[in-house]
Amino acid sequence: MSLRLAVPSKGRLQEATFEWFGARGITLRRTGSGREYAAAADGVAGLVVELLPAGEIARDLAAGRIHLGVTGTDLVCEKIPDPAADVQSLAALGFGHADLVLAVPVPWVDVATVDDLDDVAARFRRRHGRRLRIATKYHRLVRDFLRVKGVADYALVDSQGATEGTIRNRTAEAIADITSTGETLRANRLKILDDGLILQSQAELFLSRRAAWGKDAQDALARLCARLGLDLPKLKGAGAASS
Amino acid sequence: MSAAAPPAAITDPAAREKAVAEELFARFREGAAPFDTAILQPAETLIDLYGEDMRARAYVTRDPLRGELMLRPDFTVPLLEAHLAAGGGAGRYAYVGKVFRMQEAGSGRPSEYLQVGLEHLGGEDPLAEEIALFLEVHEALAGLPVRIETGDVGLLVAAVEALGTSRARKDALLRHLWRPGRFRELVERFGGRRAPHPAQAALLARLAQEGVEGVMAGIGELHGLRERDEIAERLRALLEEARTPPLPAARLDAVERLLALDCPLGEALPALEEIAAELPGMEEAVSRFAERVVALARAGIEPQEVRFAGSFGRTSLEYYDGFVFGFVARDRPDLPPLATGGRYDALAARLGGARLPAVGAVVRPGPVARLREGE
Repeated sequence: MSLRLAVPSKGRLQEATFEWFGARGITLRRTGSGREYAAAADGVAGLVVELLPAGEIARDLAAGRIHLGVTGTDLVCEKIPDPAADVQSLAALGFGHADLVLAVPVPWVDVATVDDLDDVAARFRRRHGRRLRIATKYHRLVRDFLRVKGVADYALVDSQGATEGTIRNRTAEAIADITSTGETLRANRLKILDDGLILQSQAELFLSRRAAWGKDAQDALARLCARLGLDLPKLKGAGAASS
Repeated sequence: MSAAAPPAAITDPAAREKAVAEELFARFREGAAPFDTAILQPAETLIDLYGEDMRARAYVTRDPLRGELMLRPDFTVPLLEAHLAAGGGAGRYAYVGKVFRMQEAGSGRPSEYLQVGLEHLGGEDPLAEEIALFLEVHEALAGLPVRIETGDVGLLVAAVEALGTSRARKDALLRHLWRPGRFRELVERFGGRRAPHPAQAALLARLAQEGVEGVMAGIGELHGLRERDEIAERLRALLEEARTPPLPAARLDAVERLLALDCPLGEALPALEEIAAELPGMEEAVSRFAERVVALARAGIEPQEVRFAGSFGRTSLEYYDGFVFGFVARDRPDLPPLATGGRYDALAARLGGARLPAVGAVVRPGPVARLREGE
């Protein structure tokens, strides 16, 4: 059986992934017509490449459907309940940098820290009879962060896109979202809380501990790691996880 | 001739859990009204009470017609709601049924299990109800190797109220009574032991120069539900807080001592009296505590055999506000507590009723069955 590697199916993340592997002597390329989601790898025998949306790569790593995947730290931490048990990072790829941050409207001059946000949440609830709403698509990461920080009286509202706009639309009072340059936040007159960094994310090459690690896959992994100059990871219970 | 042959040993853990549940329920429902409620509960009430964290602990699902629903994580809230809807007053209830709780990855704990509970609501003599309920649980677990742990959230509330500081600080501390890390941070800040965050120091300096109106004049256009006067009000509150003198070290130390207290129940009183000497106003809560110890001893519970910890009950659900207790299997850290319970007088008010003396407990038949079988 071959070694299955999933890489992002489109966009800048895919280009950068191809470049990263290319610089290390492994050519990843799309096959078929430009719109077809098919790809191939040259340079490592037994390596099979598939193109998947980054969020699905995280999910399939956890399910053990693929051996390796390139995706963001944020997606692995949000979508996999117990990342340490299911996946292992082989390499941080140095691109796709993004921070998951808590941000509030710039005019909130009285709020600079998570502590302030907690106090405002209590006051907001007394005044409006409802919890202060934080819009995000990273429910688990944000909830865990706020629990550890001891914040109460907030509610998460789901926002799958254009999260910065939720405050203007009066569907949220604060947001937790991914930002790389902070430009969109600034354009929407939002500011990041001083201690509001929830997670620093970048593209990483992950290995699935749940995949079936047969001999062929292990051999191909050894060849790949040698090519990439990475230490060969120890595979606990290799081959036993498949059912 | 002997009676019928003993039934074959039940080996299926679920069947054993169920058998113990039925036996406990039969015991608890003597003198109590049986209570039952739907497994699918409206999520809103529970999330409103416990906050967003509840979503990480309970199973939330959606129905296009009924909105957000939760697999019953607890009987107490629906029971109290039903009691209040029926007019309140006094009542004793018993229930049995499954509850559902999400568990952390790798914890190995079941996410659905049976719970047998009893609740004493209202009643002429709350202390007597408390003791009666505690004894029922105690008798139900008689003969098992258990350690009894107790606490008193009422002492903590009284200690905060006795701090002799601003209402805002007391409210902040009471709000975070159940979040020990946050509570400690607040204690350190109010005690002047922690420097203000640089951003806050800068804001205070600006406020001193420009005044609240001056700072507000420059904030620009505001979007969203939080309004200008709310920001101005908080700025004034921040100024007020900065002007409030730090809490005296002796009082803070007394609170710390209360939180750190861990001793046999029979030895807690002298320590609590020392603490109360630093926190005038706590005496009433301490005398209620003393009455409880006497009543327990009179009922045959040896106070030296029971643990008391000042922090006990602080990390559980936040509705407890008085006496709290847990029955833990000795030398079995793998088992969850066999029983937990306590006073929750304020919950009725939070559900929209009047304050109602209330005490309740749950027993988990699963671990009880395992302990009895010695496995």
